[in-house]
Amino acid sequence: MISGATGQLQEGRARSGNGAGGKIGYALLYIVLIGVAVFQLFPLVWLLLFSLKNNQEVFDLPPLSLPMNPRWENYEKVWSAGNISVYFLNSVWITVVATALTVILGSLVTFAITRMKWKGSSFVLGLFMVAMMIPVHSTLIPLFSIFNKVGLTDHPISLILSYVAFNMPITIMILLGFYYTLPKEVEEAAVMDGCSVHRVFFRIVLPMTGSVLATTAIINMIYNWNEFIFVNTFISSDMFKTLTVGVQNFIGQYTTDWGAIGATLMISILPILLMFLFLSDRIVEGIAAGSVKG
Amino acid sequence: MDKVMSNKKIIALYVLPALLVIMAVVYIPIMLTAYYGLNEWNGIGAMTFIGLDNYQALLSDGKFWDSAWHSLLLAVFSAASLMIYLAVAMVLASKIKGANLFRKIYLIPMLLSSVAIAQLWLRIYHPTNGIVNSFLESIGITNPPAWLAEPSLVLFALFIPILWQYAGFYILIYYAALKNIPASLVEAAKIDGATSFQIAFRIKLPLIMEVIKVTIVLAVVGSLKYFDLIFVMTDGGPNGASEVMASYMYHTAFRAYDFGYGSAIGFFLLVICLIVTWVIRKLTASKETIQYS
Repeated sequence: MISGATGQLQEGRARSGNGAGGKIGYALLYIVLIGVAVFQLFPLVWLLLFSLKNNQEVFDLPPLSLPMNPRWENYEKVWSAGNISVYFLNSVWITVVATALTVILGSLVTFAITRMKWKGSSFVLGLFMVAMMIPVHSTLIPLFSIFNKVGLTDHPISLILSYVAFNMPITIMILLGFYYTLPKEVEEAAVMDGCSVHRVFFRIVLPMTGSVLATTAIINMIYNWNEFIFVNTFISSDMFKTLTVGVQNFIGQYTTDWGAIGATLMISILPILLMFLFLSDRIVEGIAAGSVKG
Repeated sequence: MDKVMSNKKIIALYVLPALLVIMAVVYIPIMLTAYYGLNEWNGIGAMTFIGLDNYQALLSDGKFWDSAWHSLLLAVFSAASLMIYLAVAMVLASKIKGANLFRKIYLIPMLLSSVAIAQLWLRIYHPTNGIVNSFLESIGITNPPAWLAEPSLVLFALFIPILWQYAGFYILIYYAALKNIPASLVEAAKIDGATSFQIAFRIKLPLIMEVIKVTIVLAVVGSLKYFDLIFVMTDGGPNGASEVMASYMYHTAFRAYDFGYGSAIGFFLLVICLIVTWVIRKLTASKETIQYS
C-alpha cells in the first residue's frame, strides 16, 4: 500500500530533472531539513551528554557542554544497583520469544491462507485483519481479569500471549503481500513428487521468505521492546518486569540523580539505536509496511 | 496437488494456534468489555447486573467529557501537524541529496519507547534544570512556567514530544508517496510552464490525496487512544488537565477499582475507534481510481 522501496527506485529519475529554485532556494531547503534533523536529534544528544555527567555538572555547565571526564560510572551504578540488568534480560528474552512465536505462527497462517484450499479462509483472514482495528486499551480490563483467573497475572506468559495476539494482524498483513508474489511452481513440482505439506512449508516456502521474515521480526521486536501498558498492568514482581516499566519505577526512586536517570534511559534505548544503525533500511521498510498500525 | 493442499488436519494445525491466541486475547476480551460495562464490579467481588446505568452515567460524567475533549484536542493538533510533515516531505522529495539519510534521522524518535521519550521530555521540561527553561532564562526571561504543572499549558507542552515522536513516521509515509509519482508527470508540467508551487499544489497534492486521507485518520485514531506518554509524564494531571480517554479508563479501573464503569469507557473508546476506522475504509475504498499515467 505505502511502499518505501518503490519510492527509492524513482529517486534517481527524479533527481535528474532540473531545479527551478536556483541556488538560494536550494540552500533554504537544506536549512529547513537540517533544522528538522537538529530538532529530532538534539534531545537525544542532550540525553547522552547528561548521562555522562554528575548533578553538579548538569546544573552548572551549559547543557551542550561535553563532560570533562565522562562519568561511565553512572552506567555501572545503574546496571549493578537496582534491577536494571534483570529488566534488561527480561526485555530481551520476552521480546525474542514473542517475536519468534508471532513470526512462526503468522507464517503458518499465511501459508495456509495463500497456498492451501479451504472454505472459510477469507473469513479467517478477515478475523485477523479486523483485530488490527481494536484498541489495546479496550481489552485491558477483561484481559487482566482473565489472566488473573487462570493465574497468569504476574507471569511473563501473559505478556507473550498479548504481544503475539496484538502483533499477529500486522505480521500476517506484511507476510501476505510477500507470499502473493512468490512463484508457486517449485511447490507444485514438489507436491507432484510426493513431498508432504510440512516439507513444502518448512523446506521450500519458509526459506524463500527470509527477507520479509526479517522485516516483520524487526518491527515485532521494536513494538515488543517498547511495550508498556501490558507490563504495567499485568506484572507486579521485579523479577518479571521489562525495561519500560522497570525504568519507570527505577527513575521514580532516583528523581534527583540526573546522571543515573540519563544512563538508565540510554541503556533502555541503546539496543534499538544499535539495531537502527545496522538495519536502518529494513526498519524503514518495516515501518512503512506496518504503517496502518499507527 | 489440490488433495494434498486441502488436507483439513494440516490446515487446522497451521491456522488454529494463531487463531486461538487472537480469540482469547482480542475477541473474547472485547465481548467481555461490552458485558462488564453492564455491571457494577470492583474487579474482585461479585458482579451486579445494572443494565445501561454505566453508559447513562458516562453521558453525564463531566470528567469523562473533559478527557474526551482533551483527546479530541490532541487529535486536532495531530491532524494539523500533518501539514508540517507534508511540507517537510515535499522538500525532502525535491531532488535533495542525502534525502535517505534525513528521513532515517527523522525516524529515530519513533523507534524509542514512549516511556523513554516521556522520561526524557520530563527532564527537558524540568522547571529549573530542563533545557527549555535554561534556554528561556539565558535569553532573559525570568520565571519561565513549569510547563507540565500549568493546567492551561500542559496539553500544548505534551503535544511537542508527540510531534517529535511521530514526525519521522509521517514524513516517511509522505516521502514514499511523493516518490511514487512518476517523474514524467512533473516534467510534463514543467515543460508546460508550471511553477514549483503549481506543481506542488495542483499535481503532487491531488495525486497523494488518498495517502493524506489515510494519515489523517491514522493520526486521529492514534490520538484518541493515546496513553503511554501522558501516563508517564503527567498521569492526567495537574488536576485532570491532561486526562485523556484511555488514561481515564485506566484510572477508573485500576486506581478507583470501578471495573464496570472502566469497561464502559473502554467499550466507548472501541466504538469511537471503529467508527473512525470505518471512515478510513470509506476513504481508501476509492484508491484504485487514481491513475498515474
